[in-house]
Amino acid sequence: MDAGLLGSIVTVLFFVLFIAILVWAFHRGNKQKFEDAGNLPFQEDAGEARKPD
Amino acid sequence: MEATYNYKVVRQFAIMTVVWGIVGMLVGVILAAQLIWPDITKDLGPLAPYLSYGRLRPLHTNAVIFAFGGSALFATSLYIVQRTCQARLLSDGLASFVFWGWQLIILLAAVSLPMGFTTGKEYAELEWPIDLLIAVVWIGYAVLFFGTIIKRKTQHIYVANWFFGAYIVTITLLHVVNSAELPVTLTKSYSAYAGVHDAMVQWWYGHNAVGFFLTTAFLGMMYYFIPKQAGRPIFSYRLSIVHFWALNFIYMWAGPHHLLYTALPDWAQSLGMVFSLMLIAPSWGGMMNGIMTLSGAWHKLRTDPILKFLITAMSFYGMSTFEGPMMSVKTVNALSHYTEWTIGHVHSGALGWVAMISIGSLYHLIPRLFGREEMFSVKLINTHFWMSTIGVVLYIAALWIAGVAQGLMWRATNSDGTLTYSFAQSVNAMYPFYTIRLIGGTLFFAGMLLMAYNVWKTIAAGKAVNDARISEAVAA
Repeated sequence: MDAGLLGSIVTVLFFVLFIAILVWAFHRGNKQKFEDAGNLPFQEDAGEARKPD
Repeated sequence: MEATYNYKVVRQFAIMTVVWGIVGMLVGVILAAQLIWPDITKDLGPLAPYLSYGRLRPLHTNAVIFAFGGSALFATSLYIVQRTCQARLLSDGLASFVFWGWQLIILLAAVSLPMGFTTGKEYAELEWPIDLLIAVVWIGYAVLFFGTIIKRKTQHIYVANWFFGAYIVTITLLHVVNSAELPVTLTKSYSAYAGVHDAMVQWWYGHNAVGFFLTTAFLGMMYYFIPKQAGRPIFSYRLSIVHFWALNFIYMWAGPHHLLYTALPDWAQSLGMVFSLMLIAPSWGGMMNGIMTLSGAWHKLRTDPILKFLITAMSFYGMSTFEGPMMSVKTVNALSHYTEWTIGHVHSGALGWVAMISIGSLYHLIPRLFGREEMFSVKLINTHFWMSTIGVVLYIAALWIAGVAQGLMWRATNSDGTLTYSFAQSVNAMYPFYTIRLIGGTLFFAGMLLMAYNVWKTIAAGKAVNDARISEAVAA
């Protein structure tokens, strides 16, 4: 297999992988999970607020 | 110990960010002055050779990128990874090693570059013993960062850490491949590559240093500090995932745009140009994500100078990531390459984006590291903001005009095919713009001095925080 063919195959695979990432990121089932993740920087504060010491 | 965060290493790097920022930008100001008055350092006698333009220039780039930018990234990444993983750093000893190792590297650079020891590779001028030291310290940093992620208490790894993680892995790869060299003596080595291969490896490294050191990593900063300072989560977390992967898939291939119209094969040049153009999409997606985080809270921008820094940085990020792809179009590059326009473009990214996001983040961070509510003077932050903004705008506007004028003068021909202008004439045309650039750069530099004063007063009034408690694991 020459380098050109191998390069083409890898390019197509990466493209498909990227599309899969898009689908995963915007899949409705993952909405809540990602919204929770977006709140991570604030949960540390919530934790602190609960324990004033 | 385990119940608290390691703020010590964050504090050390945060303070050194301000120090190295001042040093690196001062060297930049000297260089800008040398372009107007080439003899300005000639009268320093035995010191003069060490301060010549050719030796100071790599000192400037290394100091601002790796000493100032690097310290800012160490400080913020090690703070963010602890806070968002709700875990103390893997090892305090390793953290100290990374800090002192990095300072030693900077010191060695500050001595060896003015002495004239250089590999001649842009942004990788340091000679082989220092390269080895960089590799060791960097791997220590990687262990520290990923080790902390492994022991995290949160379920999810926050997006900022993904950006920092990509930056740490990629810089390791870039540094090892690009620094492959054959040592001859302690202070001299030759690249393992030759000819156009060497050029391609150099710019594969060079552009990805911009892509992963100066962009991806600072985006990690953006994804934490903009939400924190604005008091609301990122506009779209899902967009941030797409932003991350799109950048990673595309950036690696943009390097050849530094070698348009050279001996590099044509297909590689076109590949570099096309991938550079594609970069507009993730870059602008990321910029919108940062700026739109303020949606519904725009009024905060009026009163909070830290947010002004952060959001203006995003605007410059958007501007330079539009300008960059444009400049990589072959026909535009035919005009812009080798002119001052390139220098203007770099500084729109380096001062407008990288420095301003770092400065904004530090103003958020420093009071928290020293047990204060806010900086000593919020008013001075506002003054600093305007000095920086006006400074950058003067700088880049001057060099846009200078670059286009230069490019047009170089390519102008008479009807008989001879050149219309001599090279010296194009140099002469630069003086007014070099002067405006010096004023803009000096203004930005003076802003850093103001910051140092503000930081000093904040530290003096505060007390180093070493007992920041890790909040009890919150389900996430």
